[in-house]
Amino acid sequence: MKNTIAERIYDFIKDYPPFNLISKQTLLEIAKSVEIQYFEKDTIIFNQDDIPHEHFYIINQGSIRLYRFVNNEKQNLDICDEGDLFGLRPLIMNENYLMGASANEEVILYGIPISLFHDIIANYPKVSQFLLASFATNTRDPFSDKHKGKLFANVASVQKVENSFAEVQSAKYTKNPVMCTEEISIKEACQIMSTAKVNSIIVADNKIPMGIITDKDIRIKIGTGLFLIEDKVSAIMTSPVITFPEKITVAEAQIAILKHKVSHICITKDGTNTSELIGVLGDHDLNIIQGNNPIFLIREIKYAKDVETLRYIRVQASELTSGYLEQEIPIYFITKVISEINTAITKRIIKLSIAEMGEQPPVAYTWLAMGSQGRKEQLLITDQDNALVFENVPEEDYPKVKEYFLNLSTKVTEKLNTVGFEYCPANIMASNPKWCNSLKEWKKQFKDWVNHPTSDKILLSIIFFDFEYIDGDKDLYNQMSDSVFRYIKDKEIFLSFLSKATLNNPAPLGFFKQFLVEQDGEHKDQFDIKSRAIRPLVDAARIFSLHHNLKINNTIARYEKLMEVEPQNRDFFESCANAFKILLQFRTLQGLANNDGGKFVDINNLSKADRLKLKSCFKPIKNIQESLTTRFNVALIQ
Amino acid sequence: MFKIFKRKNHPAFWKKHIETVRNCKGYNSFEDIRFVVLDTETTGFDYDNDRILCIGAVAIKNNKIQVSDSFEVYIKQDIFNKETVKIHGIRRDGTEVKVSEEEALIQFLEYLDDAIIVAHHTKFDITMMTKALRRIGGGTIRSKQLDTNFIHKKLAAGDRFKKMYSLDELCAIYNVKKHDRHTALGDALITAYLFLKLTYKYKKNNVLDIEGLIKTNYQLYS
Repeated sequence: MKNTIAERIYDFIKDYPPFNLISKQTLLEIAKSVEIQYFEKDTIIFNQDDIPHEHFYIINQGSIRLYRFVNNEKQNLDICDEGDLFGLRPLIMNENYLMGASANEEVILYGIPISLFHDIIANYPKVSQFLLASFATNTRDPFSDKHKGKLFANVASVQKVENSFAEVQSAKYTKNPVMCTEEISIKEACQIMSTAKVNSIIVADNKIPMGIITDKDIRIKIGTGLFLIEDKVSAIMTSPVITFPEKITVAEAQIAILKHKVSHICITKDGTNTSELIGVLGDHDLNIIQGNNPIFLIREIKYAKDVETLRYIRVQASELTSGYLEQEIPIYFITKVISEINTAITKRIIKLSIAEMGEQPPVAYTWLAMGSQGRKEQLLITDQDNALVFENVPEEDYPKVKEYFLNLSTKVTEKLNTVGFEYCPANIMASNPKWCNSLKEWKKQFKDWVNHPTSDKILLSIIFFDFEYIDGDKDLYNQMSDSVFRYIKDKEIFLSFLSKATLNNPAPLGFFKQFLVEQDGEHKDQFDIKSRAIRPLVDAARIFSLHHNLKINNTIARYEKLMEVEPQNRDFFESCANAFKILLQFRTLQGLANNDGGKFVDINNLSKADRLKLKSCFKPIKNIQESLTTRFNVALIQ
Repeated sequence: MFKIFKRKNHPAFWKKHIETVRNCKGYNSFEDIRFVVLDTETTGFDYDNDRILCIGAVAIKNNKIQVSDSFEVYIKQDIFNKETVKIHGIRRDGTEVKVSEEEALIQFLEYLDDAIIVAHHTKFDITMMTKALRRIGGGTIRSKQLDTNFIHKKLAAGDRFKKMYSLDELCAIYNVKKHDRHTALGDALITAYLFLKLTYKYKKNNVLDIEGLIKTNYQLYS
């Protein structure tokens, strides 16, 4: 039968998440079962601790207020307006309302029977993902420890959904790998490999893996005559092996292979190299899983003979990024892969440039990435931020050495530019004589920033304190970071200055949910997501890390470490990490869509879903800014 | 006189309607009462010559509009008035599935059950319906009836005797958004919103007095 009302309800709800993800037919069925309710201003819809209604609500007109009594004191938690959902979580979790809801103005609600929704959660993975995301970053009560890990107490299907993520998808590896003892000859080992038609053999002692020989070892070490086929396998095996426990995911395997630069990893009973071998996972096992895969790209980078090839590979990496985002692969994994690719490109460029120089570097050096490159949070191709440090040299050699490195750096930055990394507008690049220095000079520089924190020095230290090793001598890098932490330890007040600088960006949350948009200029009516939302979270993570002496640059990794270091603030840091992930993903999608850096967001063009998403991230930002104020005595600084 | 009460040739549907209303459990609790908010589209305003084109209705129970408990029927047109097509948009041979007047009325009475009828200018809709029912052997609808126009007049002091408020005027006063104005079910929904808002005001600070509400109808048949 025709039902004009249901059609109108459908027309309304179809634009709002998660309904926009549901098929028209199903939505029309839902619309037919809606109960429409009207409440006058200040009427209570449900009380805290009430037994849940059989319906959850979407606001059709007006707005409602969510509140909670803590020690008999009423706290307003949120205001929801048209298109917002509320009253859903208690229904899904079979528990009483955690908060009360009352009409903030007169309001018309559509009550949707939860019974209809259980099936939808099971059948629409994207719906449950949306609900998970809105609960996880929930502005309602981000500190509720009670609900961790059991958002969907009775919906096992959510597990099913998560399995499609590479981050949690288990990698398939070869069980019962071919093994041999240390005692046998290389020839015998090759015979075993040939018979078994495998390209690797594990050298093991009583099933404990000692080392590994691959086809490549035979080619490089035997074929070239370096070793004899009568030698023992132990002479050419790669040892120790990289080991992982059984439950390795595709993402972990990919990262391990990229990181350790190996072609195979061993799976052992407890994941250490002292327990029994149960399998071996080769890079080709991963290639099968993903056609366009980063391992393949990295290999191409390694053998690239010119910059044009690298440029082409970088374009492919961008495609990989959008592919990953489409598949909704977790942002943390994507950033790791893309950073490895960017690092590999930079390394290759340095190699090519040294070859062009015609002479090897006169002393040890380290190429450093700064800012977002240093934090490995770059998804879009942005500007270069880099620097170079070289070993201390006697004064008379200094000019020549510096000249060499400046020339090298100029070549590198030019090539990076050709590949697609624009020159840094602030000239924070190793080709700038200011940022191509000896270790001694760098230490002096850092000391000065910490001891005399003027505003421009604070700005520089924010960029430079996220320096990350890319290529060259690792020891130089370690010496630099050790000294930075030492200086800061003596000068805790420096962190107060850093905090103050961060707080200069007001929290993005205006009155309730009004966005603070840019007041004037080219980007009027746009929201600067980079400065107002992402940067405060990045800056705060850095300050807390410096405070705790944590040598980690990546924002998500920083928050994860902070969760361990300050277990009492676990939920707090977790909400920041979640918000950061969402914002980063958001910015990347914006950037890919508009083909720019994704810095500005046009609020008026945002869908309701995106507005909700952004809104959910603002509370953690506000909280961490408040926390910075009190922890680092910002008030003392004028 | 006697003959009227003793008439035996009532069709079954009409006997059933009378029985249903007579056996209705009364109005003990406002929350338990089923209200049916209805609107009709007609070819015009002449009780004798014009015909019902469409009946739309939606139920309210416990202050909630039950979308699942709604009713919408289109009637085959013997009398066609092209002048009103531009108001209600129902063409003689439109795409809606249409049934005979008799079938539509029987379906409606079935749907109505023992509910209290709510409409805006109830007198018009009920009179049109009664005329139609007479044509098929029925009579005056026996259900209790409320009119949003009179409930408003009861609430709003002042010129309540003279003025007749249109649905559009009340929508403006009570801030009801108008979707689907001039489709029967669309107008029924708007009237339902009005009814929810009116009863909210009516029962402010006390329980809603359903008998009092019924008494707002003192002018309904005057």
